[in-house]
Amino acid sequence: MLMGYSFGDLGSIMAMQGFAGLILFSVFVLMALGLAVIFGQMGVINMAHGEFMILGAYVTFLTSRLFTTYLPGAFGAYFFVAVVLAFCAAGLAGMAVEWLLIRHLYRRPLDTLLATWGLSLILQQVYRSVFGAREVGVDQPEWMMGAANLSESIQIPINGLIVMALTTLIAVAVYLLIFRFGWGKQIRAVMQNRAMAGAVGIDTARVDRLTFGLGCGIAGVAGSAFTMIGSTSPTAGQLYIVDAFLVVVFGGTGSLIGTIASAFTISQARSTLEFFLSGSMAQVVVLLTVVGILMLRPQGLFVLKVRR
Amino acid sequence: MTDDIRSSLRRRSLMQGMAGASAAALLPSLLPGAARAQAPATAAVNTTGLAVTDSTVTVGILHSITGTMAISETGSVEAEKLAISQINAAGGVLGRQIRSIQEDGASDWPNFAEKAKKLLVNDKCAAVFGCWTSASRKAVLPVFEQYNGMLYYPTFYEGLEQSKNVIYTGQEATQQILAGLDWVNKTRGSKTFYLLGSDYIWPRTSNKIARKHIEGHLAGCKVVGEDYFPLGHTQFNSVINKIKLSKPDVIYAIIVGGSNVAFYKQLKAAGVDLSKQTLLTISVTEDEIGGIGGDNIAGAFACMKYFQSLDNPNNKAFVAGFEKMYGDKSVIGDVTQAAYLGPWLWKLTAEKAGSFDVDKIAAASPGVEFKGAPEGYVRIHENHHLWSKTRVGKALANGQYELVYETAELVQPDPFPKGYQ
Repeated sequence: MLMGYSFGDLGSIMAMQGFAGLILFSVFVLMALGLAVIFGQMGVINMAHGEFMILGAYVTFLTSRLFTTYLPGAFGAYFFVAVVLAFCAAGLAGMAVEWLLIRHLYRRPLDTLLATWGLSLILQQVYRSVFGAREVGVDQPEWMMGAANLSESIQIPINGLIVMALTTLIAVAVYLLIFRFGWGKQIRAVMQNRAMAGAVGIDTARVDRLTFGLGCGIAGVAGSAFTMIGSTSPTAGQLYIVDAFLVVVFGGTGSLIGTIASAFTISQARSTLEFFLSGSMAQVVVLLTVVGILMLRPQGLFVLKVRR
Repeated sequence: MTDDIRSSLRRRSLMQGMAGASAAALLPSLLPGAARAQAPATAAVNTTGLAVTDSTVTVGILHSITGTMAISETGSVEAEKLAISQINAAGGVLGRQIRSIQEDGASDWPNFAEKAKKLLVNDKCAAVFGCWTSASRKAVLPVFEQYNGMLYYPTFYEGLEQSKNVIYTGQEATQQILAGLDWVNKTRGSKTFYLLGSDYIWPRTSNKIARKHIEGHLAGCKVVGEDYFPLGHTQFNSVINKIKLSKPDVIYAIIVGGSNVAFYKQLKAAGVDLSKQTLLTISVTEDEIGGIGGDNIAGAFACMKYFQSLDNPNNKAFVAGFEKMYGDKSVIGDVTQAAYLGPWLWKLTAEKAGSFDVDKIAAASPGVEFKGAPEGYVRIHENHHLWSKTRVGKALANGQYELVYETAELVQPDPFPKGYQ
């Protein structure tokens, strides 16, 4: 398909394609990060991750409605308020879920899988009852919806740039929190040896609750950001969950760096392949490759050295 | 559960008295004068043990009101209930009030088959209005054929099917595709097409028909790309770049569900201006625009048989009745209108046949005309599909379509198109 196109055309397409890959990378990191925190740090397989994302999306929807009604003048900036609210709402909901459900199941990881899957069905039906089965349209300020013209033929989606900025911010914040602050040290201690961490005076129950809340809060931010590029409906969370798990498992559980590396690999592979193959075939090739690599390296790309 | 539905329907039918009467006044031919005066004896209209009494006849409604398809099927349920309450307000069918039993297919195809069996075997429904996806229709088809039921199926679909036990009130593929392609070629001079779709039977079959038509019947036209994405795909930046590179005159999009929202949002964000780039879709009705956002799709063209904005007295009465029952902000898409046709066509057929027996309904169906259809006059073809017009609408920022073209004549349904397979 490279025949008959001018060099100028090809150059600008390659530039835009590069950005498409980077944007996909940001999207993957954003949707997988919350899952990686919970799965990696706590060993809980959170099947309701997608529903926490949609909670964030609905919070964004409500915030946009509030601003249209009461503060139409500030509508252009509502999104930033919505992101913070989405983090808080999803985080608090996550902490409540941890307290009600998850903490009783820490010794039974497979049961958390079933319990959170049930939770995801319940949440979907709750959204359906509250917001209706139809997709809701989340209005975005005009400045967020267009394209930035870098040159006459190179256009970069502004919402993609916002997702990239948001992802960078969240990833750096999570890194600092877990690797540079005392609380992060507690999280890592609890993850590596729960009994010993408890013995040296760490409140493991509290650490668990906050970690789960953090993971869900990040999911909420992701959901909020994805109102710019995707749909908001009771079941939309299901669209992301497979990719999110793929990224986390491929990266190696317990390793945030692994998650980021895996998101980069998968997103670049998919975005390049989608350009040359049909969308469905690209998906097939990526999944086959991931399966192949996981057969050779079951622990994923990166793995933390822990004494089991 | 059924009692609840029944009593709420009665309440609604009282409330609907006005709307029903005004609709009926527009359609004098529909007034079942004779039937109302003296209902024929039950033994005469029901020889096969259907749930028919001297004053009622039972029908089923079978759609997903939970699960992922609830998003699409809710409108169909609403339309069917509206039609039933209007028919009841106007005197019922063969002198009998329609009583409906609603079952939830729950977006699960085997469950659809099970519920269909329940409606036919336990409830002895005289007709069933239901199904939305082709997968659910394929799942219930053997049940309807085995137990000899009658299904009124509302969705536009890929064709390649015909059954004595099904009336297809939506368009089959050629009715939705050919006239739209001809129109875009003729009025906009489009020569090159990029075909897109979600990866399952309906978009693939439809694009196959579109490709044959473009390459075989439109002079000098060609397909410059064809791409499919898994259902639920949310990242379209790569294919949008591909489209930008091949610069087609027309993007022909058959993307469904949540992917739709992602596609149009990302198309706009990538700087593709739909007022300059022609985009023709057969998968976005007013229902979907709600989620996509009118601003994001304004300027695109859709090829359907019905738009909420159609300016004719039937449609005005229909929209008014719908809004009265379900609120001012009701959105009515193509399939919702087709679902509304089901109960009316069944009523007219039963009156023509003078019976509720499924065999007689099936035999009497060809030739049945419904002059009160919101889309305008429709007629049932021998192949159990509808003769109907093809229309092209332009999406507006307010979430509605503006009619820009309609075929002069009704388009013949052709579920097994020769030369297109």
